[in-house]
Amino acid sequence: MDLDQAKQTYIIEARELLDAMEEALLTVEETSDRSEAINAMFRAIHTIKGSAGLFGLDGIVRFAHTVESVLDRVRSQTLELTADLIGLVLGCHDHLALLIAGIQSEADPAPEVVAAGEQFLAQLAPYLGGGLAKAAPAGHASKASVPASGEAPGRDCWHLSLRFGRDVLRNGMDPLSFVRYLATLGEIVHLTSLFGQFPERDAFDPEACQLGLEIELDSPAERATLEDVFEFVRDDSQIRIIPPHAKVDDYIRLIQELPEEDRFLGEILVAGGCLTRRELEEALKLQRSEAGEEGAVPVRRLGAIVIQEHAVPPPVVAAALEKQKTFQDRQAQELRVVKVSAEKLDRLVDLVGELVIAGASAHAKAILAQGGQPHAAALLEATLTVNELVEEIRDNALSLRMVQIGETFNRFRRIVRDVSLELGKAIELEIHGADTELDKTIVEKLADPLMHIVRNAIDHGIEPVEVRRARSKPESGTLSLSARHESGSIIIEVSDDGGGLNKDRILAKAIERGLVKAGASLSDQEIINLIFEPGFSTADAVSNLSGRGVGMDVVRRNIDELRGTIEVETEQGLGTTLRMRLPLTLAIIDGFRVEAAGASYVVPLDVVIECLDLGPFLESEQNHLINLRGEVLPFLRLREVFQIPGEVPARERVVVIQHGELRAGIVVDRLLGEFQTVIKPMGRLFRRAKGIGGSTILGTGEVALILDVAQMVQLATERQVPDRKRTPILA
Amino acid sequence: MLRIVPSTHEEEAACSLEGEFTIYEVAAAKAQLCAALDQASRLQLNLAGLEELDTAGVQLLVWLKQEAHRKGKKLSLFAHSPAVVGVFDLLQVTGRFGDPILIAPPVAPFVA
Repeated sequence: MDLDQAKQTYIIEARELLDAMEEALLTVEETSDRSEAINAMFRAIHTIKGSAGLFGLDGIVRFAHTVESVLDRVRSQTLELTADLIGLVLGCHDHLALLIAGIQSEADPAPEVVAAGEQFLAQLAPYLGGGLAKAAPAGHASKASVPASGEAPGRDCWHLSLRFGRDVLRNGMDPLSFVRYLATLGEIVHLTSLFGQFPERDAFDPEACQLGLEIELDSPAERATLEDVFEFVRDDSQIRIIPPHAKVDDYIRLIQELPEEDRFLGEILVAGGCLTRRELEEALKLQRSEAGEEGAVPVRRLGAIVIQEHAVPPPVVAAALEKQKTFQDRQAQELRVVKVSAEKLDRLVDLVGELVIAGASAHAKAILAQGGQPHAAALLEATLTVNELVEEIRDNALSLRMVQIGETFNRFRRIVRDVSLELGKAIELEIHGADTELDKTIVEKLADPLMHIVRNAIDHGIEPVEVRRARSKPESGTLSLSARHESGSIIIEVSDDGGGLNKDRILAKAIERGLVKAGASLSDQEIINLIFEPGFSTADAVSNLSGRGVGMDVVRRNIDELRGTIEVETEQGLGTTLRMRLPLTLAIIDGFRVEAAGASYVVPLDVVIECLDLGPFLESEQNHLINLRGEVLPFLRLREVFQIPGEVPARERVVVIQHGELRAGIVVDRLLGEFQTVIKPMGRLFRRAKGIGGSTILGTGEVALILDVAQMVQLATERQVPDRKRTPILA
Repeated sequence: MLRIVPSTHEEEAACSLEGEFTIYEVAAAKAQLCAALDQASRLQLNLAGLEELDTAGVQLLVWLKQEAHRKGKKLSLFAHSPAVVGVFDLLQVTGRFGDPILIAPPVAPFVA
C-alpha cells in the first residue's frame, strides 16, 4: 500500500502551500491589488483542507475549514482584511504547520495543541458572520431533500458520477472520505450509491471496489477543485463531473456512457432533480424511435441527438474552452518544474567535478603524446572538444544548484513583523533583487548570519517610535534587504535607517573588554570593525533577540567560511549598512596557480591584486616587508609557511593578495597562471593545517593545495608584530 | 480488528460484529459470515459493537444481503452503532437493508 508515500507527498505539498500562504499574508498589506494575494491564501488553505480530507485527517480539515470560510468572506469582499485579521490568520497558519508536522509522528496532538486550536477557532468565530452553517463539516451533511416539483428543479447543482476502480480500496483510498470531503465543499443535496449486481459466493472479491456514486452537490467550488478531490483515484476510476446549469444532453450523454442500464440511471437523475421526467422520456423515446426507423443500422448515440436538438450556444462553448485551456496551462506549468533531491544534485556536481579533472588529465596526456604518435594531433583535438563539453556540463550542473535568494529574504517578512510588534517598533521591510541567484549551499549557510544581522538591526538599529519622532525621522523605520551580482560575486546588503553605530560606545566597550588598549589611536573604520571581535556586544539591555554576546564575530566567522567578506558602513543618526560579498558557488574557483619547491599551490584568483618580482620591491628582508609603490606590505614565503627545505631560486616572485581591507604578499618560486578548478575539501586530518583551505587535483594527477587567503593574510600580518609595532595596513 | 461472535439458536443465528470492519478485515469476515449464513435460514447481525466501518465493510454487508436473497434466506441487521449509522447515512444505503434503525436518519424515498 502506497499510502505512506502519498502522505509524505501531502506533507511536503502542505508545507509549500503554507509557505505560499504566509508570503501572501505578509505581502498583502503592501500590494495595491490585494485580490491576488487573497486568492493565493485561499487556494493554499483550500488545497490543504482538501488533501487532508482524503487522508481522513479530520482535525486538520475542521481547522482549515474554518480558516477557509473566513478567507472566503474576505475573498467575496464581505469581510475586510484588517491588520488584526492578518495577525490572527498568521497564528492559524502556524497552528496548521504544527498540525501538519504532527502527522508524521502519527500521535494524537498534545492537549495544549488542541487547546490552542480551539482558541484560534473561537477567535475566528466573530469573522464567520454565521456563514458556517452552509458548509457544515462532514457527517451530517447528506440531507436527502428531493425537490418536490417544478420543471427544472435542482439544476444549479454539480452532478458527480463516480465509478470507482476495482483497486481503489486496496490502494488505501476510501470513497467514504471523498463523500465526507465533498460535504465540506458544499451541500450534498442527493446521493445514491450503486453496487450493481454482485457475483456469487466464490467469485465475489470483498476487497475489490464495486461502488458507484451519483451525487448532487450544491457548491460554489470550481471544476478544478472538484476534479482535484479525485486526483488519487482518477487513473483507474470513471469520474464525471457535470457543472450546474448543464444542458439536458450532458446528462443524457452521461446515461449513455455509464455501464448501468439507461432507464436505471435516468431514474437516478430524475430523483436527483437533474432531469425532469418529461425530458428523460423524450430523450429515451427519440432514441427508441430512431432505432425503429433505421432497423439494423447502429443506433445513433443519444447524446448526439440531443446536441442537434438543442444547439449549445457558442458563447458557452467558448467559455468552456477557455476554462479548459487555463486548466491545461496550469498543468503544463506544473510539468515544467521537476523536483530533485539536493543529495542527488550534489552527487551529480561531484561527479562532474571528477569529470573536469579527468578531462584535464586526458588533455595533458594528449599534449605529451604529441610528436611521434601517428594520431597525436587528432587526439589533441578530440580531447579539446571533450573538455569544452565537460565545461559546459559543469556550468549547467552548477546552475542547477542555483536558487533565488528571494525565498530566504521572504522569511524575514515574518520575523520583521513579529519582532517589531514585540518591541513596539514600526518597521517596514524592503526587498530588492529577490531574483538574484546563488548556490543553494551558500543560501543555506547564509540564513543564520543573515538572521542575526536582521535581528540586530531591528533590535539595536532602528529606534523606538518616540525617539524617531524626536529626531524628526519618519515614525516607521525601514529595513532593506538587497542582493545583486557584481563581478563574479554576489553582494548582499542589510541596511536600516536607524541610529547608526555609536563609535564612542564601541570604543569604550572594547577598552572595557580589553580588546584594545586605552588611548590607542584607531581610525573610525577600525573602531567599527571591533564589533566583529569575539565577545563584543554593546547592547545595554539584553533582549531575547540579540545582545547575548554571540554576536557579530559569529557572523563574520560564518561569512569567512563561505569565502566571503563582510563590511559595515554607518553614519551616526542615519543608519547602518552591512555589506556581505560572497562567491557565487563554493564548488569551483577561478584560481591562480603558483609553484614553490616543485609543488603547486592555488590562490583564489579574485584575491590576487598583482604579481611582481621580489627583488626590486623588497623593503626589509628582516621584517618581511615589501614596498609596493610607497605602500608597505608584509609578506611571507610559502617555503617558510610549509617548512619546505631546499634551494631558493635566484628570482623569487610575489603574489599580492587582498583579504578584506588587508593586503599581503606571498613569495613563491614560479607563477604558473590562471587555472579553474573544483575544490575538494580537506580530510579531517588536515582540518587544522594553517593556511590551507582545500585541495584539488591537477590534470597531471598531482595534488595542488588551495591556500586559505584569510589565514595567509593573518599569518603575514601577525608575524611582523613582534618585530615592529604596527597596525595592519588599511587599503 | 474485527471480532465475529456467533450465537446460533436453532434456525435463528445471530452474530455480533465488534471492532473495525474495514478493507483489512473483509476477506476473513466474508468467510466467517458465509459460514454463519450457511448454518441458518435466518441470520441476524448485531452491529452495536462496530467502531469503524468503511466502504469495503458496507460493500460486504450489501453483498451478504444479496447472497442471502439468492439462497432464499433472510439477513437482518440490528442495533446499529453510531459509526454504522453515520456511514449508512452518508452512502444512503439504509433503504437497501430495510432494517429499522433506532436513531432514524432522513432516508431517501427513492430506492434503486
